[in-house]
Amino acid sequence: MTSLHIDWTACHGRGACIELLDGVLRPDDWGYPTGTGGSDVPIPADRVRDARDAVSLCPRLALSVRPSSRP
Amino acid sequence: MINTQPSVPRLLAAPSPSLHDHSRTFGPRPSPSAAELIGELERAGLDGRGGAGFPAHRKLHAVAAQPRKRGARIVIGNGSEGEPLSAKDAVLLASAPHLVIDGLLICADALGATEARLVVGPSTAGVVRAALAERSDAHAIRLHAESGGFVGGEASAVVAGLAGRRPVPADRPVRLAVSGLHRRPTLVQNVETLAHIALIARYGAAWHRSVGTTDAPGTRLVSVSWGDTSPRVFEVSGGSPLRSLLDAAGAPVTFPALVGGFHGAWVPASALDAPLSASGLAPHGASPGAGILHPLAEDACGIQVTARTLATLAAASAGQCGPCANGLPRIAQLMRELLAGADTTAELRRIAGLIDGRGACHHPDGTVRMLRSALVVFADDIAAHAHGRCLTRSEVRA
Repeated sequence: MTSLHIDWTACHGRGACIELLDGVLRPDDWGYPTGTGGSDVPIPADRVRDARDAVSLCPRLALSVRPSSRP
Repeated sequence: MINTQPSVPRLLAAPSPSLHDHSRTFGPRPSPSAAELIGELERAGLDGRGGAGFPAHRKLHAVAAQPRKRGARIVIGNGSEGEPLSAKDAVLLASAPHLVIDGLLICADALGATEARLVVGPSTAGVVRAALAERSDAHAIRLHAESGGFVGGEASAVVAGLAGRRPVPADRPVRLAVSGLHRRPTLVQNVETLAHIALIARYGAAWHRSVGTTDAPGTRLVSVSWGDTSPRVFEVSGGSPLRSLLDAAGAPVTFPALVGGFHGAWVPASALDAPLSASGLAPHGASPGAGILHPLAEDACGIQVTARTLATLAAASAGQCGPCANGLPRIAQLMRELLAGADTTAELRRIAGLIDGRGACHHPDGTVRMLRSALVVFADDIAAHAHGRCLTRSEVRA
């Protein structure tokens, strides 16, 4: 399953990914993206395209799409 | 069967840190191949002693498996010991520096590494420098004296510091074994792990397993402290009951104990017969970690100690990752309110849930693990504080 990896050292909680992946990600108390799976959020097959958009539009280059969560 | 004698000098068997006493006690340093060393460590069941407990042979195997085109391999001995309740790496380096150096060279030889680094705290740099100067086989080792603070001892933070960057943890899409220092395959092992490797390479897996228990073979260095006492270090057989270790150190045994360190878990007094092993401590949400035992002192309030520890952990955040940089100070504040008598437990649990797994390193995870254990173990104290009382004092200070 595809997952979206968040590099927390780069993320500043700008929120572009949260808008693009509405329903998968939501903001936490401080505006940082929250989904299931901590740093590697599982992405449903019909949202992989949105996840790739989020990767390319993240102003902090904090996101990457991976074929599966890292071991 | 459990060995009931907790103190077993193996790593600390030499009468002095000199090369002469080291050689007389342990004999010459062997040079096993990578396959021999990895096999022996796997049979020995040696887990890493830096805190995470990752099997030592798997780290070695991960580096050994890298193709040569990825660059020359590097091995790093990590003795930076940022955990305030731990003193075992400093004691080991001061008592048996040559055993650590042997372990580093054994790993370097097995992996064909031409470069090795040894990272130690400022207090032990002198004795280790003197030990390196005594030997003719240690020219490949460069010594680094660091005081990187709590999170500075994490493996990727150590590598960042050695590369001249700020010593803070990195997001690691690729493991250090694949791309570490200068993007070369890098082995990072705690100095106690290296000292055990030096003994297992000499005497074998069966010897290692001749003390300890099946799931916690060999010996382990533990740091015992309570109240404001400085940690005292003991070499004990793996899987010893917590109570026997505390007894041997003269530490309190009728109160809860923080096991594993600031990132560990509080274990209730009723569970102190649990063995110091991963499986024995798992039911209590704890692990041996870096071998830290910190029972509550007789006149201490568990909420107060936990609040102070969480304040330290919040201040220790590198500040890189939003959930940690924002969530840990929030937890520290809610703990101060809890101490003062407000019931903030539900909000503490909610914030803890926002922090789990959301950082480049395990500082946030370890912090909320310790918090959750305190909320369970000190539930009676929390209830008393909510009624304006403290179980260890007459009233709750505002």
